[in-house]
Amino acid sequence: MLFKTRNFDGAPVALQARNLTVSLPETPGNPQVLKGIDVTIRQGETVCLVGESGSGKSVTSLAIMGLLPQALKVATGSITLQGQDLLPLSQAQMRQLRAARVAMIFQEPMTALNPVLRVGDQIMEVMELHTDLPVAERRARARAIMEQVHLPDVDRIFRSYPHQLSGGQRQRIMIAMALVLEPVLLIADEPTTALDVTTQKQILSLIDELQQKHGTAVLFITHDMGVVAEIADTVYVMKHGEIVEHGPIETLLRQPRAEYTRKLLSAVPSLSPRAARAVADNTVLRVESLNKIYGGGGILKKLPQAHAAKDVTFTLPRGRTLGIVGESGSGKSTVARCIMRLIDPTSGRIMLDGTDIADLSRRALRPHRQKLQVVFQDPMRSLNPRWTIAESLIEGPLNYGTPRREALAEAARLMGVVGLPQDALARYPHQFSGGQRQRIAIARAVMMRPDVLVADEAVSALDVSVQAQVLDLLDQLQRDLGIAIVFITHDLRVAAQICDEVIVMQRGAVVEHGPADRVLSTPAHSYTRALIDAAPGRFWDFHNFRELPKVNHAEPA
Amino acid sequence: MLGYILRRILAVIPVMLLVAVFVFLLLRLTPGDPAAIIAGDMATPAQLERIREAMGLNQPLHIQFVTWLGQLLRGDLGVSLISNTPVASMIADRIGPTFAIAILTILMSVAMAVPMGVLAAWKHRSGADYAVMTFSVLGFSVPVFVIGYIFILIFSLKLGWFPVQGYTPISRGLGAFLSNAFLPALTLSTIYIALIARMTRANMLEVLGEDYIRTARAKGAPERTVLFRHALKNAAVPILTVIGTGFALLIGGVVVTETVFNIPGIGRLTVDAILARDYPVIQAMILLTSFLYVLVNLLIDLSYSFFDPRIRY
Repeated sequence: MLFKTRNFDGAPVALQARNLTVSLPETPGNPQVLKGIDVTIRQGETVCLVGESGSGKSVTSLAIMGLLPQALKVATGSITLQGQDLLPLSQAQMRQLRAARVAMIFQEPMTALNPVLRVGDQIMEVMELHTDLPVAERRARARAIMEQVHLPDVDRIFRSYPHQLSGGQRQRIMIAMALVLEPVLLIADEPTTALDVTTQKQILSLIDELQQKHGTAVLFITHDMGVVAEIADTVYVMKHGEIVEHGPIETLLRQPRAEYTRKLLSAVPSLSPRAARAVADNTVLRVESLNKIYGGGGILKKLPQAHAAKDVTFTLPRGRTLGIVGESGSGKSTVARCIMRLIDPTSGRIMLDGTDIADLSRRALRPHRQKLQVVFQDPMRSLNPRWTIAESLIEGPLNYGTPRREALAEAARLMGVVGLPQDALARYPHQFSGGQRQRIAIARAVMMRPDVLVADEAVSALDVSVQAQVLDLLDQLQRDLGIAIVFITHDLRVAAQICDEVIVMQRGAVVEHGPADRVLSTPAHSYTRALIDAAPGRFWDFHNFRELPKVNHAEPA
Repeated sequence: MLGYILRRILAVIPVMLLVAVFVFLLLRLTPGDPAAIIAGDMATPAQLERIREAMGLNQPLHIQFVTWLGQLLRGDLGVSLISNTPVASMIADRIGPTFAIAILTILMSVAMAVPMGVLAAWKHRSGADYAVMTFSVLGFSVPVFVIGYIFILIFSLKLGWFPVQGYTPISRGLGAFLSNAFLPALTLSTIYIALIARMTRANMLEVLGEDYIRTARAKGAPERTVLFRHALKNAAVPILTVIGTGFALLIGGVVVTETVFNIPGIGRLTVDAILARDYPVIQAMILLTSFLYVLVNLLIDLSYSFFDPRIRY
């Protein structure tokens, strides 16, 4: 089976939004955030709402829940749930409806659960709020739903606090909480975006399983076309508060009508890797048996050790890109931080341009810092919000003795290189979009003329179309300046686009290392294969609107 | 957890030892002859010699310290130079009123400030919020004796609800105690209400923006549940710190309030001792207040894990 091809024409309508308009009445000009959208979800159907950030996907879901932030108001239109008009309902009536008939799960299972309450109590609270069931019955039902979402060791997890659970387990708790009262509609707002691919796959199939069991209608909000291809019956594409196109999943992916849909699909990075470029022999970074062990200290008794990086070895020539791929906890960021000497490796050598920097003191390290620069995941938090862009850009060069005037001239020049206007220098980070901020972060790194650039999940927080632009920028800088890039990512699609070589890490150890095209097309290690198998929508060639030729999964020789 | 508590209690020992060394040296390292400082300018050589003898000042410093420490550990805080009564019994007489008023003050402050802070955060940028913030600024900036006299003027002189001054111990009935203690506690409360309300508001504002608050609302929880079950417990730790520090400050004695309301508390004892250069009393007071500070801080730290299970020791 490629796509879902179920037909829901005969099924009763669960939720319908008609000509729904949401605006910001207190902002001058009364701008509209939703411009008269129509959405229909039938019982048992999965409707995907796709679009980039700012398209109005989340506003749509909050409008249905009656949880719009105070600044936003529904201006016109209607929302009906099983024929009942929701908009005229009072606050108290809406409260009774939430979780009982419309439930919602959110993106960050990390933060969506109350950290100071036991998860069992949080599930039971739903029943406490909406039913008269006695405590014993509430407890029994909470445990039953926890079994249904396949949580192991229900006894223990019932009494656990959220921080004691993994991300996947937390999202299962959220799902249990949402489904315990068997709502008509489940709204899932990017529920798997913060999860690892293998966990994502499990959560997606769990939602699917429970939906079929309970006949729930699902409104699934995502920016990830791969996920859409996996789970949608029907897709609505949103842009700037409007629905630009909707239709059954297969039709939409094969024959997208709207220009924007075509653009969105084409921007999905392909899983087929780029060909490795010619190997240059001037090695700029060589890492030898790098180890990082946490813990093991303790005065009275030895604390447990965690081997965050085990015997990591690689070389990186000038002008090439090495990808370090793995899930959370694989040690990829530990390796990056050791190379940057943001943390101190336990053992091993880090040869940067011929010098071993692994054991250098902070002071001795200083002249070498310039050669190693980093771009982090979240450009909002890695740029000082109180500093102008110019100040952020010239700080590094000033520290290394570049005259201010020279540094400013270079900053102005780099603004052009990364495609930002000159006046950007006088502005502050909040005045830019996410993609622009990441360009600024890259410019800041390049200001130092580094030999090696470490990009730690540098495009993971960006929309796909912006992601493509930032990847192009990195590629261009690499060609112009010969920078070597260590690219840390959990996203195999992104890795395939930019890396010459790939290291796959699992639990601190390198399980596979080789040219990107070899590793991604004929993976030798079972973990690499599992990662590739879990990549959503891997059977589909989004760029060309057709299935990929049969994926070649050669068994290891 | 138990091991942690034990470690923390053991850690009190070096801290207190350090304070003891400091207190001991306070008198000995003051320029000039300690006996002369104690006896004052008009003392005769014979008087000086008597004081030296009585305090052991003619012995080597380390012997003096060990002797003094030994006395301390037996609960012997020395004898007042002025009244010739044991310091321990002087403090025992005075700590009751201070302690009782401190507890009453903190209870009243928390009872008023926390709901005010929650309301201000919930109705952010509304009239209620501005009212709470205005009160906070006023409560913080008007001197405590001004507030005290205003309360006396209104509640005692005009309305005649409370006596103007004085103190009745709680052992003579709660009503009698409250009629004397209410106004001083209310006076002291203003500053703590201001402080705690501000702290509650700031932390609640932060917590109310969290994802799990949205989750609680998405579950259909009424606002009361959202605020008090989901938000307040998450905002508790910093609020608790302010409450604890406030309590420790109150125990240290509140001179102005005790003076305005004529309460025989520790604050006035300390000030009188300082003015009279009654060194044994001063030393004992420094030791006592430091010890209470350390103790209260320890209790606050231990209570964190009750409010936030992520804090583990």
